[in-house]
Amino acid sequence: MKLSVWTYEGPPHVGAMRVATGMTGLHYVLHAPQGDTYADLLFTMIERRNHRPPVSYTTFQARDLGSDTATLFKDAARDAYERFQPQAMIVGASCTAELIQDDPGGLAEALNLPIPVIPLELPSYQRKENFGCDETFFQIVRALASPIERTPEVTCNLIGPTALGFRHRDDVEELTRLLADIGISVNVVAPMGSAPADIARMGAAHFNVLMYPETGEAAARWCERELGQPFTKVVPIGVGATRDFLSEVAVITGLPCKADESRLRLPWYSASVDSTYLTGKRVFIFGDGTHVAAAARIARDEMGFEVAGLGCYNREMARPIRALAKDFGVEALITEDYLEVEDAIRELQPEMILGTQM
Amino acid sequence: MTVQPTPPPQGGCRNAPVLKERGQREVFCGLTGIIWLHRKMQDAFFLVVGSRTCAHLLQSAAGVMIFAEPRFGTAILEEGDLAGLKDANAELDREVARLLERRPDIRQLFLVGSCPSEVIKLDLSRAAERLSQTHAPRVRVLNYSGSGIETTFTEGEDACLCSMVPVLPATDARELLLVGALPDVVEDQMVGLLEAMGIGPIRLLPARKIDDETAVGPNTVFALTQPFLGETAAALRGRGATHIAAPFPFGEEGTTAWLAAVASEFGVDAETFAAVTDAPRARARKAIAQASEGLNGKTVFFFPDSQLEIPLARFLTRECGMTALEVASPYINHALHGPDLDLLPAGPQIAEGQDVEKQLDRARAARADLTVCGLGLANPLEAEGLTTKWAIELVFTPVHFYEQAGDLAGLFSRPLRRRGVLKLEAAE
Repeated sequence: MKLSVWTYEGPPHVGAMRVATGMTGLHYVLHAPQGDTYADLLFTMIERRNHRPPVSYTTFQARDLGSDTATLFKDAARDAYERFQPQAMIVGASCTAELIQDDPGGLAEALNLPIPVIPLELPSYQRKENFGCDETFFQIVRALASPIERTPEVTCNLIGPTALGFRHRDDVEELTRLLADIGISVNVVAPMGSAPADIARMGAAHFNVLMYPETGEAAARWCERELGQPFTKVVPIGVGATRDFLSEVAVITGLPCKADESRLRLPWYSASVDSTYLTGKRVFIFGDGTHVAAAARIARDEMGFEVAGLGCYNREMARPIRALAKDFGVEALITEDYLEVEDAIRELQPEMILGTQM
Repeated sequence: MTVQPTPPPQGGCRNAPVLKERGQREVFCGLTGIIWLHRKMQDAFFLVVGSRTCAHLLQSAAGVMIFAEPRFGTAILEEGDLAGLKDANAELDREVARLLERRPDIRQLFLVGSCPSEVIKLDLSRAAERLSQTHAPRVRVLNYSGSGIETTFTEGEDACLCSMVPVLPATDARELLLVGALPDVVEDQMVGLLEAMGIGPIRLLPARKIDDETAVGPNTVFALTQPFLGETAAALRGRGATHIAAPFPFGEEGTTAWLAAVASEFGVDAETFAAVTDAPRARARKAIAQASEGLNGKTVFFFPDSQLEIPLARFLTRECGMTALEVASPYINHALHGPDLDLLPAGPQIAEGQDVEKQLDRARAARADLTVCGLGLANPLEAEGLTTKWAIELVFTPVHFYEQAGDLAGLFSRPLRRRGVLKLEAAE
């Protein structure tokens, strides 16, 4: 038991919702009590989407426990199929449903629906939101993708962006343009923007761009193993990282990969005299591992700041972030307790705080 | 001026057939009540014993910003607590001790049950007794359930207030007890009006602080300010108190009827009542007339949310000239909602419970001028071309009694007005 006033991540089924909501033609049947529908407002209000997440909640109540929660689940799954006619369905349990052990996967299978039904095992009392994204996307890819003929020209998939991601929409747009500049077109962007039919086409790409290890690494590794697709390890955020990313793509594809830098302004802005006041400003960086790593490099190497401290809240990224911190000569703070982050900031007295969360 | 509202000529809705639905509910669970209850009770801390989902719900619903440490939190159950590896009670005791040590301002602690704590049958009432003994006299520990398997949104407040009834001191005095968490400014207006009529002593539940003099006994009469406090009302009756049934104090008419019911219980004469209420009634009418201009002749469709739906539909139809097409409430309780149902003109579909997909089909077919719904539905319906009002704002905004009656009408007319003022097309 741990007292929490604020959490960086939601439960893992919210991660599954981020995957489902980013996609089209997919429906998520979630065994959950009344109240778990609050998660809809993360998407309709916080992300301001104009449609409801494609999620049906079974809404079981106390009086259903021990009698017919399994029937409720089967009815909800059947109704959802009939009403929404999805190409594929994911099924799973929220934290409370996990305790009553109804086995949504088995129940859904027994319905013999004429579409792929993908069961999710998301341990609510051990794991969190990012794991939920990563695992859900991985299970969808594993169930729907298979080796197919490659496109004649060099193409790639962009994998990792989800609904409610930190700047995911902008990143997809910019990366697509960057790749187009060097003559590589995008085969599939997933999970955000894809339908199950698109997931089945993923094997046509020559390689994968892993945009965010948090949400796409398990799928990237599976594709590498089963579809023979290498994936990029550098996340192209920042000038240096983008240049490294292009070198990596050049090695993978054998293409020259020279980007058009005529619109790139950071190097000159940083070199210009009015940026001298930024020199040596002490910054503290905390957030998800991917963005912290990117921001640390930008801060030190591209802005001339001094990184006074850094860390991440997602333990899955603890190892690379610790290694990064060592390289920066600081101690990494790996915690999900914002009070510890507050203490670290108070102690370090930085002049600026960079973060993906408030 | 007449004091008693006239029933609608074509009859009310008390005996209207109720469409009872069961299915997916697009509503919050009772934990959400903590967001307004912790503001109301200034020395209370609400400790949810639940999962990461509960914590995430609270911070998402409350839009928690950590500028100051809020007086609520979640003791998140972990794998070890479920597998019986750790004694969940010992863990809870430790977390509570740590919390109370850090927060000496806390005088009452509510242990709030959640779906997971109910399912694993963690006995929070025994935990509350045990912790009360440990931390007495400084801190009183109570418990209630805000779980989604047992409570719908505002029922959380009902469960919380109900948990306080057994520990209220006993009294034989004839006192008026006003029940329901209202913003302080509204509460002050309410008490001011009643005191001006010579009614007193007036006690409040919840009181702002634990040391306030709220007591209950056979000579207590109580009035509810919120339509979702059925369990609390039953508990108060159990301690001998008498309920004053009335329409709820929304709008000029509802407020007058509510005040009149209390005044008549205390034998206030008509002159005194008029002297106290005439001026604010006139102000309220004027404010409503202004704010409801855009509502007149329009239709409204209520999704179930807070149990405020029936009294608000009564206000919109009778005082703002709207026509209700469907009025859905999570629960309908005739003892509480009856006086408002009597006044709501016959016609709308009255619905209890929810099957959200079917209700969305009805809302799309009805295409009301204004659809009142939860946050999960509002933007998607706007995108379909419907004009919506977020129901939750009605719970968080001061809307009761005379001085807020204009604002209440304004909450409904603003979305319609906005439709009219936005010009996003090219000028030519």
